[in-house]
Amino acid sequence: MTAVDETRAPSAEVGRDRRRKEDQHLITGRSRFTDNIVLPGMLHVAMVRRPYAHARITGIDASAAQESPGVVAVLTGDDVKDQQGSLPNAWPVTPEQKAPPHPAIAVDRVAFSGEVVAAVVARTAAAARDAAELVDVDYEELDPVVDLKAAAADEKLAHPDLGTNRSALWVFDSAEAGTGGDVEEAIRDAEVLVEREFRQQRLIPAFMEPRSVVVDPTGEQFTMWSATQVPHILRLMLALTLAVPESKIRVIAPDVGGGFGGKLQVTPEEVITFLVARRTGKPCKWTETRSESLLSGHHGRDQWQKLTLAARRDGTVTGLKVELTANMGAYLGLVTSGIPILGAFMFNAIYKFPSYRFECQNVFTNLTWTDAYRGAGRPEATFAIERMMDELATELGRDPIEVREQNWIKHEEFPFTTVAGLEYDSGNYEAATARAKELFGYDELRAEQARRRESGDRVQLGIGVSTFTEMCGLAPSRVLGSLSYGAGGWEHASVRMLPSGKVEVITGSSAHGQGHETAWSQIVADQLGVPFEDVEVLHGDTQISHKGLDTYGSRSLVVGGQAVIKAAQKVIDKARPLAAHVLEANVDDLEFAEGRFTVRGAGEGQEGIGLTDLALAVFAAHDLPDGMEPSLDADATYDPVNFSYPHGTHLCAMEVDTETGQSRMRAYVCVDDVGNVVNPLIVDGQVHGGLVQGIAQALWEEAVYDDQGTLVTGSFVDYTLPTSADTISYVTDRTVTPSTTNDLGAKGVGEAGTIASTPAVVNAVLDAVRQFGVTDIRMPMTPERVWRAIQEGRGSAPTPEAAQPHFEAGEPNQDTPETEGGQA
Amino acid sequence: MTRISVKVDGVTYEDEVEPRTLLVHYLREQLGKTGTVIGCDTSNCGACTVHLDGRSVKSCNVLAVQADGHEVTTVEGLADPVDGTLTPVQEAFRDCHALQCGFCTPGMIMQATDLLRENPRPTEEEVRVGMEGNLCRCTGYHNIVRAVLEAAAQREGQRA
Amino acid sequence: MIPAQFDYVAPATLEEALTLLSEHGDEAKVLAGGQSLLPVLRMRLNAPGVVVDISGIQELKEITDQGESIRIGAGATYQDVLDSPLVREHLGLLHKAVTEVADPQIRHRGTVCGALAHSDPAGDVGGPVLALDATMEVQSRGVVGPRQVAAADFFVDLFETAVGDGELLTAVTIPKHTGWGSHYEKFVRVSHQWAIIGVAAAVRAEGGTIAEAKVGLTNMGSVPLRATAVEQALVGLAATEEALAEACSLAGEGTDPPSDLNGQADYRRHLAGVLTRRAVLAAAGG
Repeated sequence: MTAVDETRAPSAEVGRDRRRKEDQHLITGRSRFTDNIVLPGMLHVAMVRRPYAHARITGIDASAAQESPGVVAVLTGDDVKDQQGSLPNAWPVTPEQKAPPHPAIAVDRVAFSGEVVAAVVARTAAAARDAAELVDVDYEELDPVVDLKAAAADEKLAHPDLGTNRSALWVFDSAEAGTGGDVEEAIRDAEVLVEREFRQQRLIPAFMEPRSVVVDPTGEQFTMWSATQVPHILRLMLALTLAVPESKIRVIAPDVGGGFGGKLQVTPEEVITFLVARRTGKPCKWTETRSESLLSGHHGRDQWQKLTLAARRDGTVTGLKVELTANMGAYLGLVTSGIPILGAFMFNAIYKFPSYRFECQNVFTNLTWTDAYRGAGRPEATFAIERMMDELATELGRDPIEVREQNWIKHEEFPFTTVAGLEYDSGNYEAATARAKELFGYDELRAEQARRRESGDRVQLGIGVSTFTEMCGLAPSRVLGSLSYGAGGWEHASVRMLPSGKVEVITGSSAHGQGHETAWSQIVADQLGVPFEDVEVLHGDTQISHKGLDTYGSRSLVVGGQAVIKAAQKVIDKARPLAAHVLEANVDDLEFAEGRFTVRGAGEGQEGIGLTDLALAVFAAHDLPDGMEPSLDADATYDPVNFSYPHGTHLCAMEVDTETGQSRMRAYVCVDDVGNVVNPLIVDGQVHGGLVQGIAQALWEEAVYDDQGTLVTGSFVDYTLPTSADTISYVTDRTVTPSTTNDLGAKGVGEAGTIASTPAVVNAVLDAVRQFGVTDIRMPMTPERVWRAIQEGRGSAPTPEAAQPHFEAGEPNQDTPETEGGQA
Repeated sequence: MTRISVKVDGVTYEDEVEPRTLLVHYLREQLGKTGTVIGCDTSNCGACTVHLDGRSVKSCNVLAVQADGHEVTTVEGLADPVDGTLTPVQEAFRDCHALQCGFCTPGMIMQATDLLRENPRPTEEEVRVGMEGNLCRCTGYHNIVRAVLEAAAQREGQRA
Repeated sequence: MIPAQFDYVAPATLEEALTLLSEHGDEAKVLAGGQSLLPVLRMRLNAPGVVVDISGIQELKEITDQGESIRIGAGATYQDVLDSPLVREHLGLLHKAVTEVADPQIRHRGTVCGALAHSDPAGDVGGPVLALDATMEVQSRGVVGPRQVAAADFFVDLFETAVGDGELLTAVTIPKHTGWGSHYEKFVRVSHQWAIIGVAAAVRAEGGTIAEAKVGLTNMGSVPLRATAVEQALVGLAATEEALAEACSLAGEGTDPPSDLNGQADYRRHLAGVLTRRAVLAAAGG
């Protein structure tokens, strides 16, 4: 638990709670979101979307739209079918993976509600919207595949031409891989066997900035501004999909208003806007409405999880078997198929399972396709295992923390190779848990819980535990290769020394709220010994940052930040011969610290020479060592050697009103170990935001479809994001075991809160109501579900409704379209 | 088209607008006041919050023609126009790291400003309820609430 | 997000407004605060030919003391109601319910009468207004003086009221309930949501005993409801949880609430009983 990594330069900036450089323009309204961009002669695009889930297109009459005032063009699938290609899936998880073609504009069949069937291009956004209403499409309705389990059984087909709904079956078995024993044997010999099935409901990323694209076809290159997390990947994929030379495309991600995985995609709308700009020769803009976003932006999660945990009577776990059914939705997006597979290595979590088997069946339905959403595969895994550890503790009648501790990897056992084959480099679960218990007042809350139970209080208290780890910092390229991922996991950075002494840092990661400008400035300020204020971080434009793999999977700092360090070190190395030349010293006698080269043994008080002085000297290039190129600038491309493994202990206290089923958070404490921290202010912010997204999965959010495949939660009226009034202030703290695989000793933090919090909350609510015979409640744990579970557990309300899913298809829905929106 | 006269961030504008033009579209598209952003279509998110005659409103839920003869302040009109001095709320948002992606921020700042005008010394609970019409997906609200409380303390300090 | 085209008129007087409404009939939509109308227009769920903005009519903005009652004009916003000492003193229940409407921004623009005319059963002011025996003033061109409609007759169905084409709801008049205790219990999953259900209770207690009680229910049917059986059963009971429990548990009986994402009908009926007990108890100061 040492905080200092001795390989680092003396640290002035790293570790400081610097206020963010990004904020000034955002708090004064000088933002540069894509929808803010206006170009001369710009046209506007409105999409015509299919309202039902599965149908054949039998005819499109666009003549009235075409004649509408201001309309420049109306494009249908027929018009673009020879140019639009098929949207990319970069992760064929098995060689046999099945997938239908994925058109940007549907040509003859639509496979989910919200799919684009035509695009209207007009002089104003209003004219485009007016005309979109006039596009007349005839459909022959087909039977939609909505239910995931029925889909897995191939009862009816989401894509009749495919012949099956089953896209791929992916298996990891520790006995086959040689990383552990045979799980079937462990199950056969189990003294205690816990079998459970959990539902990971479908979620919507719901970034605050709706997606927007501007494409400017004037000039030699096409320039695309997009609200994307992945400008570099987008550029490459556009080139491959549309057969346009990559060098003719420039992608810019300006200010991007959140992503959470939801903007890790190559979207139909990006392709369509590109095509209409090319066709019209004019800059074109498309900006979605929130309803379009909820309907057609990719969704997350959506799995059935079947788990079997074998243990001995003394509580020692002996095996874990995981059988997943994962909903792809109608198509495979950029990494759709790989998302559940990312969980494969995380179900065993921090525990020493001797045997492990993971199977995931990827399945098509006629719903919006799924893809990355904060945590991507790992929250699903952590939820399941943390629920199972509570079930095991309940089965054994023991404290849930005690059972976890009995089975987790002890701090002296690191580095530890898990049954899933990963090598965890560092961690200290005991320390994080001890600190969390102390901050939480664990024993006092347990005592209060007992008192309330005793007195039969209407409001019962529950305490939930979640001890998590995750693999982040995607990812070592060789690992991605072994998983058939379509790209590597390196990151690129450049450091440019300007003659005025300022420093430009170019990073291939693409921030959209994470604070890279600030954090990278801190890192470079330390590395080069320049003031924090003198560092300018540039990113998100493929013409400035020509190379990169963007931002997702808690990778930016541990991969991208490390690339920045490597580039900065190269700058110093390049400057060293010049410094020796200027100081008339031997290169080997030079020392570099605090931005200056000095000569070893030349005594205190020597001036030496500053790196920025050398930058000016290089600019002038009047007197350089023979053969030296007149540049200190340097590039680095860094491929991580391992994932990073942050971990933490989260404790949650929930009060449950047993009369109404309403639950209220009483306290939440999390102690995370994310290794060394560059900026604690930013790290805490990442944790807070992550927590609420995870808590929201437990309590509030679900994308609900009716049995016709229509999204019922199609606006913010029904897709219930929490507000400030629904949440509380959180107690956060950290323990530190530095990562051993990067120079910063840092571990990823972007997804930690989301991954850990969902099971903590669910375990807490269940802990409050288990006394009534409740064993499980599906997420989100709505008041109604909690209330029904209590009624059922007590055996007092065997109503048929109690056994039904939360949403009953076909029932009238309160929020008929007329009621959407605010109130008079 | 209807002719309107609106004072926005201290400047009087006279413009022709379609009656159907929403105030937020007028601000963004006709005046170039893109600091005010659009986050939803059901008036839930509050990202487009501005002040109309000194009170916070959701500018997606007001027609531009309704602003005729009235005064609008957007996030772009808060800081001192001459020296750029930030308001206590803007300062506190930066100081408390109350923004990440920054998309909800204009609305949050405008609503927080209105809240503190109404209630200069709110409790945490009052802040949480007073900001319920503004959604944020990045911060979990923790630091936003802290920032509003800090701005209140700051203003209190200035008065003392 | 962009409404269909419409014409816009902003009459300066009530007479002008009534003339416009009579000319345009069902082609016209009235805009007071616009907080219900604009979402409908933005989503293109309705495309009126003309929008008649009554917010500039001074005489409609007033909240006045009528002696036995308080009159709230059609132009008075929720914020005007919250700021009104008259409402606070004499109509505590309405005051409490309005604090629960939507969010501050919406309350700065939206109007009580606009919500009543919109008649969304999940709206927060219908139940209280019904419980407090309000009367609606409905005016039309060529008819002298307002038509008075009792709240009980005003709400016809989902989004349907006694206000006909060419007519305008100009005010709601509510008898004073000075000295009554009151409470509005709103049940939601997240705070910016419409009420899953709401219970509005006003109680006149004498020496710890309930002398009179009025209970209105939000979103327990296609229109706001009055729990008359509960009201009657409460009279004479001590204001304690034990004494009230049975009478209040009847609140959901005979109602036909919706079944939707937030709750099936039987759950809503159960909640009605629980929340009525809590609301009445809070109103009675228990």
